[in-house]
Amino acid sequence: MGNILSLTTFLPLLGAVILALFLRGDDEAAQRNAKWVALVTTAVTFICSLFILTNFNPADTGFQMVETRDWLLGLQYKMGVDGISILFVMLTTFLMPLVIASCWDVKTRVKEYMIAFLILETLMLGVFLALDLVLFYLFFEAGLIPMFLIIGIWGGKNRIYASFKFFLYTFLGSVLMLVAMVAMFSAAGTTDIPTLMAHTFETENFSILGVQIIGGMQTLLWLAFFASFAVKMPMWPVHTWLPDAHVQAPTAGSVVLAAILLKMGGYGFLRFSLPMFPVGSEVMGPLVLTLSAIAIVYTSLVALVQDDMKKLIAYSSVAHMGYVTMGIFAVNQQGIDGAIFQMISHGFISGALFLCVGVIYDRMHTREIDAYGGLVNRMPAYALIFMFFTMANVGLPGTSGFVGEFLVLMGIFQVNTWIAVFATSGVILSAAYALWLYRRVVLGDLIKESLKTITDMGTRERVIFAPLVAMTLLLGVYPALVLDIIGPSVSALVGNYETALATYGSATQFASN
Amino acid sequence: MIGADIQILMPEIVLAVYAMGALMAAVYTTKDGMAPLLTWATSGLFVLLAVWIGINGQGTNIAFGGMFVDDGFARFAKIVILVSAAAVLLMSESYMQQRGLLRFEYPILIALAVVGMMVMVSAGDLMALYMGLELQSLALYVVASLRRDSVKSTEAGLKYFVLGALSSGLLLYGASLTYGFAGTTLFAGIIEATADDPSLGLLFGLVFLIAGFAFKVSAAPFHMWTPDVYEGSPTPVTAFFATAPKVAAMALFARVVHDAFGGIVGDWQQIVAFLSVVSMFLGAIAAIGQKDIKRLMAYSSIAHMGFALMGLAAGTAFGVQAMLIYMAIYVTMNIGTFAFILAMERDGRPVTNIDSLKMHSKRQPLRALAMLVLMFSLAGVPPMVGFFGKFYVLRAAYDGGLAWLAVAGVIASVIGAFYYIRIVYFMYFGEEGEALDGKMNPVLWAFLMGSAAVMLLGVVNLFGIEPIAAAAAATLVN
Repeated sequence: MGNILSLTTFLPLLGAVILALFLRGDDEAAQRNAKWVALVTTAVTFICSLFILTNFNPADTGFQMVETRDWLLGLQYKMGVDGISILFVMLTTFLMPLVIASCWDVKTRVKEYMIAFLILETLMLGVFLALDLVLFYLFFEAGLIPMFLIIGIWGGKNRIYASFKFFLYTFLGSVLMLVAMVAMFSAAGTTDIPTLMAHTFETENFSILGVQIIGGMQTLLWLAFFASFAVKMPMWPVHTWLPDAHVQAPTAGSVVLAAILLKMGGYGFLRFSLPMFPVGSEVMGPLVLTLSAIAIVYTSLVALVQDDMKKLIAYSSVAHMGYVTMGIFAVNQQGIDGAIFQMISHGFISGALFLCVGVIYDRMHTREIDAYGGLVNRMPAYALIFMFFTMANVGLPGTSGFVGEFLVLMGIFQVNTWIAVFATSGVILSAAYALWLYRRVVLGDLIKESLKTITDMGTRERVIFAPLVAMTLLLGVYPALVLDIIGPSVSALVGNYETALATYGSATQFASN
Repeated sequence: MIGADIQILMPEIVLAVYAMGALMAAVYTTKDGMAPLLTWATSGLFVLLAVWIGINGQGTNIAFGGMFVDDGFARFAKIVILVSAAAVLLMSESYMQQRGLLRFEYPILIALAVVGMMVMVSAGDLMALYMGLELQSLALYVVASLRRDSVKSTEAGLKYFVLGALSSGLLLYGASLTYGFAGTTLFAGIIEATADDPSLGLLFGLVFLIAGFAFKVSAAPFHMWTPDVYEGSPTPVTAFFATAPKVAAMALFARVVHDAFGGIVGDWQQIVAFLSVVSMFLGAIAAIGQKDIKRLMAYSSIAHMGFALMGLAAGTAFGVQAMLIYMAIYVTMNIGTFAFILAMERDGRPVTNIDSLKMHSKRQPLRALAMLVLMFSLAGVPPMVGFFGKFYVLRAAYDGGLAWLAVAGVIASVIGAFYYIRIVYFMYFGEEGEALDGKMNPVLWAFLMGSAAVMLLGVVNLFGIEPIAAAAAATLVN
């Protein structure tokens, strides 16, 4: 059991290699085999990750199940898990079998499609488990390649523009982080994440080209990391790649993008920005809160006027990620608890919503809202499930969406009342666009000729949704399931953050005296 | 005494004697009929010499009163040069054969160019430096215009010759100024002359020398010859230009700035940093509009030279180490990429349009995949090895106090990523186009797959190149 983390991470890669080497041909049987190999691999990965969960001790706030090997240039191959990362790992392994099952009807280049998703899973797990800066960067960046191909090869009409925008946008964000990592390596002499968390980076003010940098080096490093995570998250105003990518990506690609890839940004803030650059976070925190409030209100308004369903849900994702950044940079127990909870719950809900769009897209081959209406008459089961996730997206009490938003709002209220007021208006707006979408697509009379023969969800589709419904409800009524695991780690994080700030405060006071 | 000197120079002598012997043998026997045999024999000899140097070389040996230095640094560069030259020769055999270009002079000229390069990287004196450089250049001028009946090829040769002569002139001018003010052509003497407040004339000499080297490594703003020569030369020759001579010129550059001007790092650091940043941006931006894959690779190599110069600009041992690692990775990537380009044919005729790759992945999934790996590696996306090359030079630049250069470098790499992934786009997302020929020479196939595999598997430990490069750099900078 000593290397359970590596095993879990690289198991999907192993599946991909097996597919690449041993599966020949592109006939019906080969396609079916490819899907089954992928499904079995992801399922086994999920089982492995359950071992991680059962072996995990929430009370221990350090890293657990750590594996270390030497790598080049004084870097390390180091993996470990703590209360903040474990649930992201679980989210990934939980969703991937569902994602694979959801693309059962894909007919073009099935083998390559499955390989791309399996490699992507390895890279996503690596991001959450890596405990070395460069190893993290490696997984973080490498994830762009399969996603670029998934959008570009299996995407919609405008996929080329979307894939290039996705790749270059996120690449530009990350390379600045790379320079910051080099700077940290230079300053601290190590790339070991636990050591860097304990390291205090230079905070003395200095000026570049006449601009005074408060918080000095830490603020600059914070900004470089922010560039990467804000794009990934995505935060307003660097979110514009997301609607394009979502609309053009195939259903399964959208699900992975919304449910897991976006969480890397939030995870990055929690893993790097807060613990390593507390002063930088404190200096730039108000900016993040403001941007988040703008994101919540603005993208909700934008979502109202969309006529493409996927675009609408994409903008709704941006708004929900606004809550996450807000909760993180409130830096208190409720805020961060809420942010993590919101990320996990958004993983289920947005994934399910994209799957809902996928269900009718598979039948009608359009995502135009106007092309639908009155689906409830022919698809009662679909109407029920879509309603459930619409409500969850709005944040109805009893669903997991509510818990996350409520905790975040509680956290932010203690920090800044005005921001909290703006953010709360987002809850109303999200109800407006989500319910309006639902009415236009599902309710009303079935008038459109083309919809008269549409069929309800098949067994496979229902089976895919079942675990998502279960998780959304379970977390909605029993949030302690998540909060008990993340609680101690979050409280340690907040504690260290406050200690660091207190030291900085007394040091600057001393200097000004 | 002379015996010991010759002992040190043995690999170069063996190669030179071999080249002349082969020339005689071919002229007095079947001429071009010997060419395939000579090609294989020459690459075999390159590999043998590389192994010999790798196993036998120890310590720092100085021959001919300091004219010739055989140290770890030179040996590292020589091995990279020899192995890459052998690879390119092997790759070119079938291509040249099919087009009636496989003349017996070709392998011999390459062998002579390699002798020149080996002298360059071992030069301990301005005279030795110049002799090596010219031997290499003259051989390459001829090789560039190997296809005598093609206007483009002769144009490439002529352009290369005229501009190369100009750069040699600049270099000579710099060398004469340096000699005039330092009173010696020995690097060991120059470094003493610069020890206490170098005179203005010496700095002028340095600037002209650097301008000459920049021509040879095709760093902007001295890059103008590169795209035309790359495009016009027969593709195997282009592949050769992109690999071994670049390593030799870069190693020579490093040797001169450290061995001869190592005392005044601050004076050349800003020039090298300037060359680096201009090359990176020019290579990245100018490549965007290219339609010909050989021209694209020309701009790509300009950008890569910018990155390698970033390591050199740091002015530290780690910087030289980063540069060496970068060059080794760069050469490996280029060998694979050119193996792919050499196999781009339609009805047996070479095609170099990027458009012709449309939906290559449908017809040749494995080759397209290998090319995809190489493209992402050239773009510097992890986990490909190309990323580690970038990481090393970034670290070197940052530690050398050039944080701005590191930031500029990563931004240029994002711009550059565009045209690499554009090739991926043509291969994977584009519309169906006219097919390329399906068959691929097994040698090319092996090099393409080998290079792609190295790019993927190197993530484990870079095949242990790191400590070797570190040791090599340590002998140059101390």
